[in-house]
Amino acid sequence: MSAVTAPAAPAPPARSARRRSLRDLLPFDPWHLVLAPLALAFALPLIWLFVSSFMSDAQINRFPPTILPDSLHVTGYDFVIGHALFPRWFLNSTLVSLVTVTSNLVLCSLAAYAFARMRFRGSNVVFGLMMATLVVPFQLTMIPTFLLMKSLGLIDSLGALMVPGLVSAFGIFLLRQFFVSLPRELEEAARIDGCSRLGVLVKVVLPLAKPALTTLAVLTFLTTWNDLTWPLIAISSDHNYTLQLGLTSFQGQHHKEWAAIMAGDVITSVPVLVAFLLAQRTFIQSLTSSAIKG
Amino acid sequence: MPATVASATTSSAPAPSWRRRLFGEHPSAWAFILPSTVLVLGMNLIPMGWAFLLSFKASDLVTPGHWVGMANYRALGHDPNFRSAVGHTLLYSALYVPLSVGGGLAVASMLNRRIRFVGIYRTAIFVPFIMSAAAEGVLFSFVLDPQYGVANSAMHGLGIARQGFLQDPAQALYVLVGIGLWGGLGFCVIVFLAALQDIPKELMEAAAIDGARRWVVFRKIVLPALRPVLIFLLVWQTLDALQLFDLVYATTQGGPLGATTVVVYYVYEQAFQFFHAGYGSAVAYVLALAMFAVGLLRLLGGRVQRWRRERALAPGGAR
Repeated sequence: MSAVTAPAAPAPPARSARRRSLRDLLPFDPWHLVLAPLALAFALPLIWLFVSSFMSDAQINRFPPTILPDSLHVTGYDFVIGHALFPRWFLNSTLVSLVTVTSNLVLCSLAAYAFARMRFRGSNVVFGLMMATLVVPFQLTMIPTFLLMKSLGLIDSLGALMVPGLVSAFGIFLLRQFFVSLPRELEEAARIDGCSRLGVLVKVVLPLAKPALTTLAVLTFLTTWNDLTWPLIAISSDHNYTLQLGLTSFQGQHHKEWAAIMAGDVITSVPVLVAFLLAQRTFIQSLTSSAIKG
Repeated sequence: MPATVASATTSSAPAPSWRRRLFGEHPSAWAFILPSTVLVLGMNLIPMGWAFLLSFKASDLVTPGHWVGMANYRALGHDPNFRSAVGHTLLYSALYVPLSVGGGLAVASMLNRRIRFVGIYRTAIFVPFIMSAAAEGVLFSFVLDPQYGVANSAMHGLGIARQGFLQDPAQALYVLVGIGLWGGLGFCVIVFLAALQDIPKELMEAAAIDGARRWVVFRKIVLPALRPVLIFLLVWQTLDALQLFDLVYATTQGGPLGATTVVVYYVYEQAFQFFHAGYGSAVAYVLALAMFAVGLLRLLGGRVQRWRRERALAPGGAR
């Protein structure tokens, strides 16, 4: 507040005069003139996605385009929900994401706690190796991972989608950083009361680590749900498709049935948007802090 | 209380056994890390070595394959399709990285003030980042459809001729940059915004009172403070651009006429459509080395900076 009304410092005269006059002319801050159109430009495709999913195909193809549907059509959603495979794809994506998120929470917590609080032979070597894998791009490992999953008999099954993502080195790093920052006293008190290491982790550490766990859960969910590359490689039967893979094939097969395609797009995107909005604050905070600290 | 702690720790510490000496203080820690270790290392180191071996083989993903020595790597040099894929990736990166990082800094600076609706603006710009590349690709295939797309209708209304967008070989890659920016700018914005908010307000106010111009404040105070974040984002966005794939698959599938076949798409095509897994692995290794070099640049940049700072601070050092 004070930033806006603060007495202007002796700044270059011409510039400040122009600024002040613009500010006097407008009933709002002049920066809105740049920011509002920009935000609108970013929002418009999403608004159009949402609106057109409630249109009929005739309405979508009308010229000039109408932004508001004159009547609500759910034919697109009807088509998608009644589709032979679309609900199955939704279920597949849900199942893969659920298993991946749960397993990441459990396995990353266990490993991160050991790296944060226990001293054991080889811990530095193993932790270093794990962190080194963070620089290995998936594009390098995807061909052998395909062969590996094939030799395990998992290719073209949901198992192939789950196994490579069961745990992530980044998740271990994220949780370890958080666990290290927690005060030791509580844990030591619980240890004296006869709690096992596992008990301390479950009863003391994890309840304190909710922000970090939320971030890990949201991040894992986003990357798993949104992934297209690996499902595309690992899955060939259409009943095992995930939503992302299904959506792209759906677009190819039902060319020009735009209302249905947009309804499918909305259904594909809503879960991640909801997850993000629920955890927005924690999520952005840890995303940016890990970026800033490197 | 301190007494009980001390006695508890001393009484619970038995003489070091052979197990303790072999496995360290907490042998049970291995039970905590074993599943993760097996999975992380198994899913990275094994495939990494495997890809390395594959890149010296001719393999069709089904039969065992045979050694061909350096043939795959030699072939890369004479492959016009590989060369054009590299060209597409470089052009995409050369546009996407500066535009997303520079644009992100500009937008974050605009948002870093106390005016109304900042939260709404920020969310509007960030939300596309959450969407999957597939959902974005499908959406923009619709919006930019040459016949039915709303973009052409709107441009027609403004008297501009119909455009081919993703179906025009001369435009497709640039359109992809645009879609990439729509989806990726928000990340740069929120990272810059967080860094900007970490700069002490007093510092900037003091400079303003001393009569420093806005631009000078930005150059002398804001930019140096943002340096680490700037380097992080440059590297991160470059790696992001080099890995472009999902968006291409969901929109153009490398077309029209190969105009958007980027390196990762080329790897996918070679390995999983033409079943040249050995050749695909060689391409993937070249890409990975390029990415590694970019990551190394960041590390080196950090080292040089630290070295400079230490030299400046050291007694009798330069300055």
